[in-house]
Amino acid sequence: MAEKDKNFSRRDFLKTSGIATGALIGGGIIGGLIGANTNKQDNATDSSSSSGGTKEASSSIRGLTFFKSMADFEVLSQATERIFPEDDLGPGAIGLAVPYFIDNQLAGSYGENSKEYMQAPFAQGEPTQGYQSRLKRNEMFMQGIQLMQEEADSRFKTKFVDLEGEQMDEILTAFQENEIKMRGVESQFFFRLLRQATLEGAYADPIYGGNANMDGWQMKGFPGHQLAYIKDIESEDFVEIKPKSLGMNH
Amino acid sequence: MVTTLEGVDVVTVGVGWTGGIIAAECSKEGLKVVGLERGRERGTADFSMVHDEYRYAVRYELMQDLSKETLTFRNNRKQRALPMRQLGSFLLGVGLGGAGTHWNGQTWRFLPYDFEIKTMTDKKYGANKLSADYTIQDWGITYDELEPYFDRFEKTIGLSGEDKNPFWGKRSSDFPTPPMKKTPILQRFEKAATNLGYSPFMMPSANLSEAYENPDGQKINACQYCGFCERFGCEYGAKTSPEITVVPTAKETGNYDVRFNSNVVEVMKEGDKVTGVRYYDTVTFEEFIQPANVVVLTSYVMNNAKLLMVSNIGQQYDPETGQGSLGKNYAYQILPGATGFFDEQMNTFMGAGALGMTIDDFNGDTFDHGDLDFIHGASLSSTQTGSRPILSNPTPPGTPSWGAEFKKASIENFTRTLSVGGQGASMPHKENFLGLDDTYKDIYGVPLLQLTYNFTDQDRALHSYITEKAAGIVKEMGAKTVAASGEITDYDIVPYQTTHNTGGTIMGADPATSVVNNFLQHWDAENLFVIGAGNFAHNGGYNPTGTVGALAYRCAEGIIRYSREGGSLV
Repeated sequence: MAEKDKNFSRRDFLKTSGIATGALIGGGIIGGLIGANTNKQDNATDSSSSSGGTKEASSSIRGLTFFKSMADFEVLSQATERIFPEDDLGPGAIGLAVPYFIDNQLAGSYGENSKEYMQAPFAQGEPTQGYQSRLKRNEMFMQGIQLMQEEADSRFKTKFVDLEGEQMDEILTAFQENEIKMRGVESQFFFRLLRQATLEGAYADPIYGGNANMDGWQMKGFPGHQLAYIKDIESEDFVEIKPKSLGMNH
Repeated sequence: MVTTLEGVDVVTVGVGWTGGIIAAECSKEGLKVVGLERGRERGTADFSMVHDEYRYAVRYELMQDLSKETLTFRNNRKQRALPMRQLGSFLLGVGLGGAGTHWNGQTWRFLPYDFEIKTMTDKKYGANKLSADYTIQDWGITYDELEPYFDRFEKTIGLSGEDKNPFWGKRSSDFPTPPMKKTPILQRFEKAATNLGYSPFMMPSANLSEAYENPDGQKINACQYCGFCERFGCEYGAKTSPEITVVPTAKETGNYDVRFNSNVVEVMKEGDKVTGVRYYDTVTFEEFIQPANVVVLTSYVMNNAKLLMVSNIGQQYDPETGQGSLGKNYAYQILPGATGFFDEQMNTFMGAGALGMTIDDFNGDTFDHGDLDFIHGASLSSTQTGSRPILSNPTPPGTPSWGAEFKKASIENFTRTLSVGGQGASMPHKENFLGLDDTYKDIYGVPLLQLTYNFTDQDRALHSYITEKAAGIVKEMGAKTVAASGEITDYDIVPYQTTHNTGGTIMGADPATSVVNNFLQHWDAENLFVIGAGNFAHNGGYNPTGTVGALAYRCAEGIIRYSREGGSLV
């Protein structure tokens, strides 16, 4: 892994964006870009937790709306868990039901790119010109997941979901560093999408099917949907507030 | 089959701040006004479930649907321009209120220096301070001339603030409402800035510190500090916006009508006057012509410029010759800054869009540029706008971007990170401009606007100078780790930066070098007016809305006078 200790794509992205370290402009949100540069190996968790959502917000029946194969869904689940693993702070992506969140999103307007300009002609542009693929996001996810499976097979002669955590990380890092050949999209773009979708599933209001039990918010000290902070805004101390979902009010 | 409707006195294209102000002022004077808005009706009641980061901030619920219309972009003329297929660098609004619904409410008057930047720079530093490639010019109006209109806009929106900034222009009256609450986070900035010899003051805020009734009788409520302003609408009616102020004022006159789902595609012109606009009903795709005595372009920077271009009104700017004014002087902003990581937890998730403190010690020409290779500067602010967990994952330098270490650090620092950010001014450059694309079209078959833009040497020098100042303040605030912005290279349209786009339909005193005069009346058609940040001949170190609002009141006065007297207003 030592030779993979760099994230060129992310660094280049930061350089060209000119906003490397999170100045809040007009309340803009760029804190998430801070200092992301290496992918060091960690051993805080292993990936042996069962795939497919071990803990959910409710006991209601859950099914897949986009994925048609449990095998693909399990690859997605393990990949998201490596990005946001379970640790002593709390659940990881699987425990937060992130894979279900992503499945739902891929079936809807997010996955279908319904608010994006998708007219031809498509041409390869400069990185500063952004996304120029004719693929929809859900097509990128399907292709990316199949390629993860293929990489597992060619590198380790086994299924992705049966790999050790570090082996999964090696494959994800290869995507992140644009070393995997994808059709119609660069693998670093897909990886960025996967990472972002994982964070969305971990921290979006539970009404979207992720952030199970609001554990994502609980871990982060974010109270979710509160009516007002006017009574606490001048408090010198950190105020701990029990999180609340939009779904709890209606 | 085009249906021609009954004529009106005034038609506005878009109903946000500028369209709303024109409607309110003109309809009060008895003029019949129609506002054509391509989006939907909406208001405070639509925002009862707005505390939803995913829907509004991440998936852009209130923003323009790019499947219908976007723009194309290239860094320079040698590149092939390609569509901005997803929103990123800036967020285009749609619907009643426009960007005035999803804004933060940080409301400024540009500095006196801004309006006479060319004259004042030449006088102080000589004519060669910047190379001839930078097309800075005076605005054809002074701060003092515009002051009454600033005052008017601020009273309409009930602006909260304090007159404690030694560097801004003279005010004819105090802020309509007192400043917002000076929270412990802001106090930390205030103390650090004061220690360093700077002059901090509360940021002027349109998230009101107390309930207020404006001169038109519209009521705005007091901010509850819920932390959901930018990219959201306000469920309290406490973030001043057009749909709770100027739009109802216009409607109450009985002389105003807003037509929704109405997308204007052309300004009709005959001789030296315009006759009305052609638009599509976005639901049925029926085509209409709305005749009007006065046409006012009140949509965003991008669409105002595009409509003039597709309607062949004015002379398109040509970077080869420097001739033409339409599309000229497009400018963005430069965002230097620094982030600090602290030991203690702070209530970073509470806040309001314009809850902040600022210094202007490095803005405009408040400091000497004699030994510096740039002009102008940036306001530097620490804001407490309400951090939200999906888009705010701050980690100290060296942290991986995913995996166990990332998770731990991003959770740890969510409530332990503060930033000082600069809004850096952007000087116009001859190679930065707006044009029409010859390949890509919108769903109505109209060419897309084409943006050619890159950062310049001036921008890079300004960025690195101001970043150092920001890092100094963050350090003084007591951060254990300070992460300053990296150097800027090429402009990248992908990551969000700021929605403070300016230029393209610039104002001025000379028809050869501007699109509109200082009443925002088009030089080539006396009954056509164009309002917005597109009028700015360069971009300053502040949010644009205060200056846009002032220009809109000035324009309204011009339209009323034109309606009575006709002719050129200058």
